[in-house]
Amino acid sequence: MYLTKEEELILAGEYGYALQKAMEILVALGEIYGAERLIPIKSAQIAGVSYKNIGDAGMEFLRDFADAGAKVSVYTTLNPAGIGDDEFMEKQREVLELYRRMGIEITSTCTPYYGANLPKFGDHIAWSESSAVSFANSILGARTNREGGPSSLAAAIVGKTPNYGLHLDENRKATVVVNVDAEVETFVDYAALGYHLGRTLGNDVPYIRGLKPERTEFLKEMGAAMAASGSIALYHVEGETPEYRAAIAEELETITVEDSDIRAVRGEFRDDWTDIDMILIGCPHASLGEVKEIAELLRMRGRPLRIPLFITASGAVKALADALGYTEIIERYNGRIIADVCFVVSPIKGWYSGIATNSGKSAFYFRSFGFHVRLDDAENLIREAP
Amino acid sequence: MKLRGRKIVGGKAEGELVVSRKALSFLGGVDPETGIVTDAESDIRGQSIAGKILAFPRGKGSTVGSYVIYALKKNGKAPKAIIVGEAETIVATGAIIAGIPMVDGIDVSRLRSGERVKVDADSGEVEVEE
Repeated sequence: MYLTKEEELILAGEYGYALQKAMEILVALGEIYGAERLIPIKSAQIAGVSYKNIGDAGMEFLRDFADAGAKVSVYTTLNPAGIGDDEFMEKQREVLELYRRMGIEITSTCTPYYGANLPKFGDHIAWSESSAVSFANSILGARTNREGGPSSLAAAIVGKTPNYGLHLDENRKATVVVNVDAEVETFVDYAALGYHLGRTLGNDVPYIRGLKPERTEFLKEMGAAMAASGSIALYHVEGETPEYRAAIAEELETITVEDSDIRAVRGEFRDDWTDIDMILIGCPHASLGEVKEIAELLRMRGRPLRIPLFITASGAVKALADALGYTEIIERYNGRIIADVCFVVSPIKGWYSGIATNSGKSAFYFRSFGFHVRLDDAENLIREAP
Repeated sequence: MKLRGRKIVGGKAEGELVVSRKALSFLGGVDPETGIVTDAESDIRGQSIAGKILAFPRGKGSTVGSYVIYALKKNGKAPKAIIVGEAETIVATGAIIAGIPMVDGIDVSRLRSGERVKVDADSGEVEVEE
């Protein structure tokens, strides 16, 4: 891989240990994946935030790195944090403090694009949360690989990433055509479609025909489910996403999705209300529009929920919901908006045993953790909940 | 026997091989306190990789595995060198942050546990003693 004079000096340790280690990571990845050079990035988004995921090992690395003077050189935000008992929360705060010392914004969300970390078309970035990667590549037309925690941190520190994978035009072409011959209309239909495609396609770049999403959130949800059940980091939707016109370069294999495929996924997560003790909305983190919708649904229901409802969102969306009065309505009906955290990365086994959600991604993970799961649209959940 | 691969992380080491025939996950697969392999699906389960030369086809599992490799090093339980068939980001990143010599592009099916090897990661060379 070609390195500039300055990059060579960083690699040789002339600018200190932290920059050297960060550069070593980037160069090694570049060599593994055949990058010709490094390219500048506009922003970074870092995974490896929940103490449940990184443990003492990750903390030790972050502490040593921060102590060595590691500082990010581009705008950088974090993935959501976990919530747990007091002991857990103390460790969690420590992890966030280490990131803060490196100059990272302590905005811990999987939807940084609902705040200040909003890349524009064609920007190169280094993001690591799988649903955020999918949103940035597919809906915004920015360019990022699925980074791991350490590699996105390294890119943030150096301000560059190796030029391979989805940074290159040729790898952004579709590899399979998906004809949707099914009624895909609601939020959860999109989640179910994404879940089905992720499971079927693995790491393809699908070109999807036959969708008319009413709201951007529907695509966000589809992409998140796709990236959870498979490892799809980029998809194109005909007539909808910004790169679809140039997405097909040659004859491609075609698959068809039918109603039965969507129904099959929806049917997998139908546990009874008696087994459910909380409702979760906001995976990926809810937009202001989604929060507003929940407030309206609760008002239509007209009586408080017996089981708690949690909406997870970014601090930015929560602040807007507070200002606009949605939070107050939601709290009146036994709901809460909690900012900058994620239940999927939290040690909540024992707190709850069954979760009702409109998210295909969290349905998939909570089932795998051994929870009862009910997957349905917010409208149905709030109407039917005890 | 000499095998030639590619440098991922430079450095030199020699010692006894532990060879896994299967892909290895470090997160939940290796105990960072002891260096003992705990991965239920692993064919080297129960063995220690501390102070050994560790060879396996490729890494798998969560990217948090990189931090487990770092913790092994901090706890004095890391392998002296890592030899893989195919490098991927998890193990490569772990080896870099921990400063463990690492070579990829080696046909690990030609290696046996218990053999003594010299690893020159700078030149990508692995020499098995006869």
